[in-house]
Amino acid sequence: MAQIPDNLKFLDSHEWARQEDDGTITVGISDHAQELLGDIVFVELPDIGKNIEKKGDVAIVESVKAASDVYSPISGEVTEVNQVLSDNPEIINTSPYEEGWFFKIKPQDINELAELLDSEAYKKISES
Amino acid sequence: MKKTFLNKYHHENGGHMVDFSGWEMPINYGSQISEHLSVRENVGMFDVSHMAVFDLDGNEQLDFLKSLLPNDVSKIVDRKRALYSPLLNHDGGILDDLIVYHLGGLNFRIISNCATRDQNLNWFNEISSGFDVAIDFKSDYSIIAIQGPSSQSALGNLLKQELQNFHLQMDNEIMIARTGYTGEIGFEIVSNKTIGQEIWSEFIKLGVKPVGLAARDTLRLEAGYNLYGLDMSIQNNPYDSNLSWTIDLSDDKRDFIGKKALERNKKSDEILCGFYTEERGVLRSGMEISFKNGGGVITSGTWSPTFKKNIGLCRISANHPEKGAALLRDKEVNLYFCETNFLKYLK
Repeated sequence: MAQIPDNLKFLDSHEWARQEDDGTITVGISDHAQELLGDIVFVELPDIGKNIEKKGDVAIVESVKAASDVYSPISGEVTEVNQVLSDNPEIINTSPYEEGWFFKIKPQDINELAELLDSEAYKKISES
Repeated sequence: MKKTFLNKYHHENGGHMVDFSGWEMPINYGSQISEHLSVRENVGMFDVSHMAVFDLDGNEQLDFLKSLLPNDVSKIVDRKRALYSPLLNHDGGILDDLIVYHLGGLNFRIISNCATRDQNLNWFNEISSGFDVAIDFKSDYSIIAIQGPSSQSALGNLLKQELQNFHLQMDNEIMIARTGYTGEIGFEIVSNKTIGQEIWSEFIKLGVKPVGLAARDTLRLEAGYNLYGLDMSIQNNPYDSNLSWTIDLSDDKRDFIGKKALERNKKSDEILCGFYTEERGVLRSGMEISFKNGGGVITSGTWSPTFKKNIGLCRISANHPEKGAALLRDKEVNLYFCETNFLKYLK
């Protein structure tokens, strides 16, 4: 079974968001998403400083099987991207919630976080 | 959905199951890349029992097959060998590709793709009506493909003698043929379900890793083998699909289905060609290719686990330059045309 940590918020398109102590939001794709995609071989990340909209396409993740857009769970400015993914995209498969994070955002409106799915709601979607 | 006798195994061992032409089959058991590499470097096995097995019966099997197929079955008679051939319609269009096995004596077996099973059964029945031949479709056979450099040692004493490429043995209703679609040394074992279950369990005990259909696809593509339905279809003929070598015209008295049409189609405006890229991102089936004064379309494209780059097959103008371009997410990617056998070309 795919792991769904309790402390994360989710989009129905399988991205997760985590609020960090410094107020930024870290974003990645769920364990369920990496299972659906299979072996990931390539990731295209946004430029730092880019302003993104909630649910706007912001990155691309490509597996042997298919390419897929990654949407942002929240609006704001990209402050950091996970450079490790350029050379080791497969860590998304092995550690989707920790080492395999995609980017960090300085949120425009932190209230957007509450609008996202909690782990229970996301569990229902990913199992349907 | 139809299920093979190994369906329970696949479910209980992490198989990610998908609908493959009406069959519930494992696409992978976790990582298609590691499954792919286990076949290239060591050994892996596939449940391919969804493929269609047709056993022929009757006195005129040889004449029937010589008439049915562009490749000449005379080459394998009395030798217990296997022969690859496309299956053509009267216009020379490719209906499918298959392997025909000489089982000994007058007896032959055909194994073809699963999606084309009904079409082929009807076609075989139609053509065989002119011969003393009956077609026995085996709906519940076990086909296990064990492939990779260590496959021979994994077979152990199942092998009565060393088999050369495309040779086979029949022993107690178990056919073992040194055939496969991965570009590695490998064997395909055809038997009834009970024996198939025993063989599969025995291989598992030996540590042979099961491999899903996703790795089967990347393995065949690296070897430059066509996949029916993607790289060739009824719209194509062997000449424009890299299969001229399967048209055996050495016996000029032999007539076969599609022969006359093929004589008119020897010169083709388009060819099936290999390509690779040096850029990131994967060009896939259906994407258009352009170059000066021509172009074409990608028929199969993947990220190659062996060569760690994008490879594929494409259908392009016969008169093409060394490289072309394709659009990937609004960005132009260069692709370099090459031979289809990437295992030889890129090594």
